[in-house]
Amino acid sequence: MEEMTQELETETQSEAAPEAEAPVESPDAETPRGEALVEVSDLFKHYGPIKAVDGITMTVRRGEILGFMGPNGAGKTTAMRIITGFLDADRGSVKVCGHDMATHSLDARRRIGYLPENAPAYGEMTVTGFLEFIAEARGVTDVDAAIRRVVGLAELQKVQHQTIETLSKGFKRRVGLAQALIHDPEVLILDEPTDGLDPNQKAVVQDLIAGLSKEKCIILSTHILDEVEKVCNRAVIISQGQILVDSTPKELIRQAPGHNVVRVLVKGDPSELSSKIQAAEWCDFIEVADHEITVYPKFGESRLAEILELADGTVLESIEQQEGRLDELFRRVTQGVSR
Amino acid sequence: MNERLTGLKAIFKRELKGYFSSPLGYIFIVIFLVASGWLTVSRDFGRFLELRQASLDPFFTYVPWLFVVLVPAVAMRLWAEERKTGTVELLFTLPVTLEASYLGKFLAGWSFLAFSLFLTWPLIWQVARLGDPDWGVLFTGYLGCVLLAGSYLAIGMLFSAITKNQVVAFILGTTVTVIFLLVGLPQSLEFVGNYFGGYAEQVLLSLSLADHFETLTRGLVELGSIVFFLAFTAGWLVCGMLALDRAKAS
Repeated sequence: MEEMTQELETETQSEAAPEAEAPVESPDAETPRGEALVEVSDLFKHYGPIKAVDGITMTVRRGEILGFMGPNGAGKTTAMRIITGFLDADRGSVKVCGHDMATHSLDARRRIGYLPENAPAYGEMTVTGFLEFIAEARGVTDVDAAIRRVVGLAELQKVQHQTIETLSKGFKRRVGLAQALIHDPEVLILDEPTDGLDPNQKAVVQDLIAGLSKEKCIILSTHILDEVEKVCNRAVIISQGQILVDSTPKELIRQAPGHNVVRVLVKGDPSELSSKIQAAEWCDFIEVADHEITVYPKFGESRLAEILELADGTVLESIEQQEGRLDELFRRVTQGVSR
Repeated sequence: MNERLTGLKAIFKRELKGYFSSPLGYIFIVIFLVASGWLTVSRDFGRFLELRQASLDPFFTYVPWLFVVLVPAVAMRLWAEERKTGTVELLFTLPVTLEASYLGKFLAGWSFLAFSLFLTWPLIWQVARLGDPDWGVLFTGYLGCVLLAGSYLAIGMLFSAITKNQVVAFILGTTVTVIFLLVGLPQSLEFVGNYFGGYAEQVLLSLSLADHFETLTRGLVELGSIVFFLAFTAGWLVCGMLALDRAKAS
């Protein structure tokens, strides 16, 4: 397990190091590599003896939807609060669209749309009144048009004249998203946008995020790993204020324990087939229990075709290849740190 | 507009609307009008009708004490509620400076208090009916009320900024306001004069809200008193901004 953490850390460092000098090639062909919109450099924030953020460095580019993952108390919210300008860092810098948050905070904040944790809003205001206030505070020129656009985008038409305190959790979250999008920002930062929602509400919010323009960069904090798989094209895992993993969801799944493990259920004696598989050079190890053989290929590579070839002449009841589980990887990586 | 004040108008508008979109604003107005009217005309207090003078002295006597309770009640929610509900995070990630937010809220609250004072116009009408009032005294009296309300509000806002608990903010705001009223009482001045000398007595008197307010209600447009109220209010506002900057994320 420690090896895995080290392997992933090495990958993170090898990516992070050249980023400071030149754009890094995407680890995944599907990940877009636009211009850098958020540049976080050597960020530190301590609360007394507690290191909330401990040396975070990352660059988020146009077109990227970055899933910011970590256990509770990992430093996700603190990091996001620093990136959005709500908190000052003890050390390090944040640049948003080239504007330094410390010296040109207003310019930087103009380019960010932010949904804080739990989507706080003024409950006594109507949805339209709230959006109007945010638009005016952000200096939006055509307020009515902006409200119409985000009300349509977040599908708030039915509730736009209701006060926010009377809305369901799902609608409140969509109001939060609408306010974050009112000025059509280049950078969107969402702190646990689907936390506490039911599966239907989650799906609506996730579809909304996934459907947002590719002209933006989105940082999305979550501990719902399915969400990262579904919505994001980059995944960062942090724990105790440090980035442990910076990769793509696909890459993480590939590296996750149990990826491409094959379970073969044999009708009859499995010993002949198990011997053949064990002898194969690509096989790391196997487990045999009754009629079931579990095959762990080396490097997590897919060997389903080879197994089927070796099983020629053996009667199989079933054969199944499994995908790596992100939650397992997450658990191992973050628990490794806490130990 | 100065970039430091970007967003002030939006915050002011939202806050002012807020007073009239919740029962709190109306409750305040009703309590203020009923209490100030009763204290002014009551036979046990202001005796306005018995005195039969074309003067609002009875009203101006009790307004500082009414405001001691009512203004901190207006101020207590201004920041404490934002911090408790988390909207402070939303507010300070908008392209709005802390100064603009703070002043926007203050000006909205102050305007609301001024509007509440405006609603006491029937008293002025009654005074005009009784005789020939000194309009200058009435004007400076009301000016004093508005300035006093601003000072109380600035004090209350600081305590609202440092706690999420509105009750705590109210108690602290009221206590400090009372202290700044009481320092001008003869007993307080005598006590301080006896122990620390005449200079300390003068300093204390110069800090007394009641003393500066009384100057204005006598019809004297003393620049010193007006400057005192403005400087006093500005001082508390600056302290409040500094306190909020430190406390906003806690």
